[in-house]
Amino acid sequence: MTLSRGARIALRVAMVVGLALIYVPLFVVLVNSFNADKTFAWPPAHVTGEWWTRAWDNGGVRSALWTSVKAGLGATAVACVLGTMAAFAVQRYRFFGRETVSLLVILPIALPGIVTGIALNNAFRTVLSPLGIQLGLFTVIVGHATFCIVTIYNNVLARLRRMGTNVEEASADLGADTFQTFRYVTFPLLRSALLAGGLLSFALSFDEIIVTTFTAGAGVQTLPIWIFDNLFRPNQAPIVNVVAAALIVLSVVPVYIAQRISGDTRAI
Amino acid sequence: MASLTRPTRPDRSPGGVAPGGPVRRLAGLLHRRPSIRLAALLAAPLLWLVVAYLGSLGALFVTAFWTTNEFTGDVVKVFDLGNFRELVHESVYRTVTLRSVGVAVAVTLIDTVVAFPMAFYMAKVASPRAQRWLVIAVLTPLWAGYLVKAYAWRIMFSGSGVLDWFLSPVGGHGPGYGLPATVVTLAYLWLPYMILPVYAGLERLPNSLLDAAGDLGARSFRSFRTVVWPLAFPAVVAGSIFTFSLSLGDYIAVKIVGGRSQLIGNVVYDNVGTANNLPFAAAVALIPVAIMVIYLLAVRRTGALENL
Repeated sequence: MTLSRGARIALRVAMVVGLALIYVPLFVVLVNSFNADKTFAWPPAHVTGEWWTRAWDNGGVRSALWTSVKAGLGATAVACVLGTMAAFAVQRYRFFGRETVSLLVILPIALPGIVTGIALNNAFRTVLSPLGIQLGLFTVIVGHATFCIVTIYNNVLARLRRMGTNVEEASADLGADTFQTFRYVTFPLLRSALLAGGLLSFALSFDEIIVTTFTAGAGVQTLPIWIFDNLFRPNQAPIVNVVAAALIVLSVVPVYIAQRISGDTRAI
Repeated sequence: MASLTRPTRPDRSPGGVAPGGPVRRLAGLLHRRPSIRLAALLAAPLLWLVVAYLGSLGALFVTAFWTTNEFTGDVVKVFDLGNFRELVHESVYRTVTLRSVGVAVAVTLIDTVVAFPMAFYMAKVASPRAQRWLVIAVLTPLWAGYLVKAYAWRIMFSGSGVLDWFLSPVGGHGPGYGLPATVVTLAYLWLPYMILPVYAGLERLPNSLLDAAGDLGARSFRSFRTVVWPLAFPAVVAGSIFTFSLSLGDYIAVKIVGGRSQLIGNVVYDNVGTANNLPFAAAVALIPVAIMVIYLLAVRRTGALENL
């Protein structure tokens, strides 16, 4: 397309400056995690790897990380089942209120997190406490699954729309029943969409802090809660910084997996 | 209903299920009755989302009309508009609401100005190969996490921090913690949510339209104003739904970089926690929800919702 030379240069400059703005703060956190000085001063005067070993041995960080992984896996598992069911219903059937289902699925992520958080907190305390279920990992998983459904739903819906019903009809014509068709035909075709949606869902849950604050009991600490609790304690600052730096480095992993998935199917 | 007891067609299953086995019979029933199939599919998701989630939301908003006993702190379940009267009459809540909306608008404007040229470069100027890498470069920080990024800006804005160091040669210093720092941090957090929809919208825009504008004599700025912007506007609005709503409900970033500033989210949080006044918190929480509903209704006509 035709763009003047000036416009082209201006756009390139905007792109470079924008990317610099995105990456400079992350880079600062990475560099600062090697800062030997306990109180923050820029640029760092001395460099050390001590904080990394200390963070690695920190029991609080480890157990928080493990809790986060359990919550993420649990919420993703629930979201996979519910999201896939809802996507099938909306894509393959015509029924009253069909348009509303999409809205309903998006709602938990569209409303401010604090609204979802206090609503669930209120409901859990009035409904579950009399049954003897206290706030804990279980309620965190329920809360996270609620807003994770949308990622699976969107991915599976898009895949079903593109897939059509021909292969499933062929399978039925060859004598397979409903379950066999799902197991041998539909599910293999959905797998990469589920993987992509599941990845996003796990990341959403892993990163969540507001809903977690209101659904976790006193004894349950996910990694974001641990970071937030220790953020304002000066003597924990170096450890918090290492955890943040580690999370920045680890953020490459899901992007790599997503690229591998989309490499052959363009799922994301 | 007699046909339920025998298989509808000869069994040729690869899985080797016995003819007329219970699984096979259930499968046959589901095959013949789409309505049962639909009910089975919808039951669990609707039970979760309507009964559990909408039920919780409904219960919360009913409590907005209740009050708490001033001495015992117990919730008094009597219909009462006192919470809303207090919200309207106490000027502090009006100030906090206006401040929160102002922050959300500022964040949205900053993100639009920063994201649009980047998205345009990605969609229309970069080579297809570079395009792929740029999308990855913009997406990767999304996975680094909310707190990590808010923490990064806490370091940037801290006393003797990076901004002070960067600006000291020209005799300036960073703004420190406060509302400007909150706006910058929120704009940084939600920037990818603006870039991606705008990029997708611009990619759908046919190049031939831009060529036609050029052939008819329009310079860069004029083609932008009369061709690109009107066609990309729904995508910008789609991005603004994210930046606006996410900023409106936030209370964490403002705690990390906002100093003593308060937004709506903080008022809700403090009323649930320290004040232990859930009815009033619910009433305050209705403010961002109402603003978002109005916003969504207002932008529906631009076709932005189809761009999400």
